[in-house]
Amino acid sequence: MTSATITLSEFQQPSRLTLLFRYLRRNISLVVGLFIILGLVAFTVIGFLTLDTKDAYPLSAKARQPPSLEYPFGTDFFGRDLYAAMVVGMWQTALIGVLAGAIGTFIGVVLGFTSAYFGGLIDGGIKGVCQVLTPIPVFLIQVVIAGSLDKRSVTIYTMALIVVLLSWMGPTLVIRSQVLSMKERQFVSVAKLSGLGDGGIIFGEMLPNLLPFIAAAFVGQVFSAVFASFYLAVVGLGPLREPLLGNTIWAAQTQGAFFNGWWWWPLAPAVAMVLILSSLALINMGLDELANPRVRRTE
Amino acid sequence: MSIKIILQRLAFLLIVIWSAATITFFIPRISTRNPIRERFGVLARSGGFSPQDMEQIVQSYNRKFGLDKPLIQQYWDYVSSLARGDLGVSLFKFPKTVAELIMEALPWTIGLLLVTTVLSFIIGNLLGAIAAWPHAPGWMRGVATPFVMLMGVPPVLLGVFLLFFVAFRMKIFPLGGAYSIGIVPSQTVEFYLDVLRHMLLPALALIFGQVGGWVLSMRGMGITIQGEDYVNFAEHKGLGAYTIFKDYYLRNAMLPQVTGFALALGSVITSGIIIEQLFALPGIGTALIDAIKFNDFLAIYGIVLFITIAVASLMVMVELLYPLIDPRIRKG
Amino acid sequence: MTPIMKIINLQVSYYTDSGRARALDGVSLSLEPGEKLGLVGESGSGKSTMALAMMRMIKPPGRIEGGQVIVGGTDLTALSDDEMLKARLSKISYIPQGAMNSLNPVMRIGAQMVDAIRAHNHSISGSEMEELCLQTLESVDLKRSVFRMYAHELSGGMKQRVCIAIGVLLKPQMIIADEPTSALDVVTQRQVMETIDRVQDKIGAAVILIGHDMGLMAQFVDKVAVMYAGRLMEVSHVREMFTDPKHPYAQALIKSLPNLDNKGIFQGIPGMAPALLRLPRGCAFHPRCEHMMEICQSVRPDLIPLTDGREVSCHLYSEAN
Repeated sequence: MTSATITLSEFQQPSRLTLLFRYLRRNISLVVGLFIILGLVAFTVIGFLTLDTKDAYPLSAKARQPPSLEYPFGTDFFGRDLYAAMVVGMWQTALIGVLAGAIGTFIGVVLGFTSAYFGGLIDGGIKGVCQVLTPIPVFLIQVVIAGSLDKRSVTIYTMALIVVLLSWMGPTLVIRSQVLSMKERQFVSVAKLSGLGDGGIIFGEMLPNLLPFIAAAFVGQVFSAVFASFYLAVVGLGPLREPLLGNTIWAAQTQGAFFNGWWWWPLAPAVAMVLILSSLALINMGLDELANPRVRRTE
Repeated sequence: MSIKIILQRLAFLLIVIWSAATITFFIPRISTRNPIRERFGVLARSGGFSPQDMEQIVQSYNRKFGLDKPLIQQYWDYVSSLARGDLGVSLFKFPKTVAELIMEALPWTIGLLLVTTVLSFIIGNLLGAIAAWPHAPGWMRGVATPFVMLMGVPPVLLGVFLLFFVAFRMKIFPLGGAYSIGIVPSQTVEFYLDVLRHMLLPALALIFGQVGGWVLSMRGMGITIQGEDYVNFAEHKGLGAYTIFKDYYLRNAMLPQVTGFALALGSVITSGIIIEQLFALPGIGTALIDAIKFNDFLAIYGIVLFITIAVASLMVMVELLYPLIDPRIRKG
Repeated sequence: MTPIMKIINLQVSYYTDSGRARALDGVSLSLEPGEKLGLVGESGSGKSTMALAMMRMIKPPGRIEGGQVIVGGTDLTALSDDEMLKARLSKISYIPQGAMNSLNPVMRIGAQMVDAIRAHNHSISGSEMEELCLQTLESVDLKRSVFRMYAHELSGGMKQRVCIAIGVLLKPQMIIADEPTSALDVVTQRQVMETIDRVQDKIGAAVILIGHDMGLMAQFVDKVAVMYAGRLMEVSHVREMFTDPKHPYAQALIKSLPNLDNKGIFQGIPGMAPALLRLPRGCAFHPRCEHMMEICQSVRPDLIPLTDGREVSCHLYSEAN
C-alpha cells in the first residue's frame, strides 16, 4: 500500500465559541429564562442589602399608599411596605422551592432506587403506593392538611413539608424505571462479574448515569413546589404573617383590593410570580431542547 | 379489551377511592376544633344561651354525630355509611346534608370546568400540531407562541391580570361573583346572560392558562411523529399536505394526548378551585375551602371524596375507551 | 431504445453548522425501460441521497443544487411542487427500507392504498379503487384479506410486500427500492426480491435497487453502479462487475467479498471514506488507491464510457484511451 497524502480543500472548522453562540441563538428559551432568573436574583439581593426586612410585616409603614418614590410598590391595608414584602417573599418562595425540591428529589432517588434494585415485594409495595396516589388530585389533600393545622404552626418550613408529602411519587417512578432499565443492561452484570460489591455498583456505576435524570427531577420538583406553595397561599392556607407572594394576593382579594381601588396590592406579587414561573418554565423548555436533539431547530 | 383488564382497572379505582377517603378521614382530626361547638358559639352570640345549656346541646349533638366515640369506631361507621351512599350531614351548615351542599355547588363548577377544559384541549392541540408542521404558513405557526409564553403562568395569575385590565381599568366585566348582587337566580335568559358576563373572565383565565400546555406537548409529539417513517412514506406516495396532516400526523400524535388528557384532569380541578376563590364563584372549590375553614369534617370528607371519585373515574374511563382510537391495543 | 430515465449531473449538498457537505457531486446515469440497476456503496456514499433527490424529497438543510432527473421524458427537477406530488407514485415510486415502520399504525392497509390512488385520481370510483388494490395485493402474493388488516397484524415480510404493492399501484415507469430486504431473514429476502422482480416485469418499469448486499445484487440486477463519496466510480453489467471490475475501488470491493475458496482470509480496504465536508482534491478515492498516480491527486476523473456500455471514472483508463 502506498502512503497517501490528503490534500484538503480550503476549509475552516468554526471555533468552539462561534458554535456555542450559534447554539444559544437558536435556544432562545434557555437564554431568556436564565436572564430573567438572574434578574430576579439580583433584585432580591439588592433588596436585602438596601432595606430593613421588618418593613415586610404589618404596621411598618403608612397603610394603603399607592406606588410612589418612598414606597415603590405601594403599601397594603396592613401597613406593609410592598417593596420589602416582595423581596422577602421572593426569597421565601425560593427557599421553599429549593428545600422541598431537594427533599422530594432525595426521597424519589432513595425510594426509586430501592424499589428497582431490590425488586420483589419492596418494589411491588412502593410502586403500588405511587400508582394509587397518582390519580388523587394532590392539591385537595394538601388543602385539607394545611387547613387542619393550627394556624400558628404553619410556617415556611411546614409549607415545604406539606408540599413534599405528596410530590415524591413522580421522581420515584422515573428513577425506578431508569434503574430497572440499567439493571438489564450489560454494564451492571459486568460490574457484578468483576467482583464489585453492591455499594460499588450503586455509587460507582449507576449513580453517575442517573445524574441527568436526578437533575431533571430536581428542576421539576422545584417547579412544582413553587407552584404548590403558591396555590396553597393563594387560597389563604399559607403562613399568613409571612409576605409570601401567594399570601399577598389572597390578602388583597379578601380585603377587596380591586373593589377599593388598591390595584397595586395584588398586581405586584402577580407580576413577580409570573416572572418566577415563566423563567422556570423557559429553563425547563430550554433544557428539554438540549436533551432532545430532535426538538432542536435547524438553521 | 378483556373482561379481566376491565375488572382490574375497576378494582384499582376502588382502591384509589378508598385511600383518598381514608387519608382525608384522619387528617382533619389532627386539629382540636369542634365545628359543632363553633356553630353553636355563633348562634349563642345572637340568641341567649347559658354556657351550661350550650354545653349540653353540644354534647348531645356530639353524641348524635358519633363524635364522642373512639376514632376507629367513627372511621368504621363512616366507611359503612359511604358504602350505603350516605354522605352525612354538614356539621357547619346544619341541617343541610353534604349531598345537598355538593349538588348546589356542582353546576357552577362543572359548567366552567367542562367548557374550558374541552376548549383548551381542542384549541391547544390544533395549534400545537400546526406549530410543528413545516408546511403550515408562518403566521399560523406563530399563533401558538403567545399561548406557550403564558404556559408557566397559572390561571389564577392570569385571572388577576384580567381583573386588573379588563374589570378594574376598563370596567367591561364584573369583578367577581357568579351573578350580580340583587338578582335572584332564575331560568330567564336575562339571568343566563348575567351569569355569562360573570363567567367570561374566569373562563378566559382558565383557557389561556391551559392552552399553552397542550400546544407544547402536541408540538413535541408532532415533531416526533414527523420523523416517523410512515409520514415520510406518505409523502413518497404523493399525498397532499392536508391529507398527511390529518390522517398520518394528527391521528397518531393525538393518541398520547388523549392519555395526557386523563392525567391532566387532576390539575384542572386544582386550577378550578383557585379560580373559584379568586372570582368568588359558589362552586365546589369554594365549598371545600369554606368547609376547611370551619373544620366541618363531614363536608370535607364528602367533597374531597366526590372530587376524587369524579377525577379517578374519568381517568379510568378514558383508559378503557382508548382501544377505540388505537387499533394496536385492541385484543385480537 | 430511448432511456426511460436519465440523470444528468445531479448535485446535492447539505449545509450544516460545520460547513457544506457535498452528498452528490455530479452524478449522471441512465436506464432503459425494464432495466434493473444495482446501486452499491459504503454508508454515506450518497446512495440514499440519490433516491431522495430523484423523488425530490431532499429536506433542509439539504438542497438540490443542480442537474436534472428525467423520467419518461419529464424533467422532475423542473416540475412545480404540485406537479411533483402527482408524479410521485405515478411516474416514479419508492419502496422504503425497513417497512417495519412505513405503514400508518392507525389506518387499515386498504385505506392507505386507497388514499394513494385517490390523491392522483379524483374521478375513479370507490369500488374500482378497492378492486385495483385487491388485485395488486394478489400480485405481490398477499391474500385479499390483508386489505382490511392493520399493520401490526402483519409480519415483516408481509409489510414489505404491502409497500411493494403500494409502489406499483399506479404502474410507474421507475421504481426505486432502497434496501428493501435489509431487515428481513434470508428466506423472506428471496421472496421479496422475487416479488419485486415479478411485478416490475409485469409493468415494464425500470428499477434502481440500492443496497450493500452484493450477493443479492448479483442474483437480481442487470447493471451495477458503484458510488463513493457522492460520485459514481463505475457502471458495469453485473457479470462483468463481478468477474472483471475496472475501477480500483470496485476491484477492492469485489475482492473483499467472502469466498468459499479462501475461508478465514478477509480483505478490507485500508483507510476510511472521506468526510463529505472535506473531499480530497482530484479523485475522491486516491488516498486509498493502490494505483494512485500524480494526476489523481489534482484532477478529478470524468465518467468515461468504455466498450460495451461500461463506464469508469478513473485516470487509469483515460490514459489507455
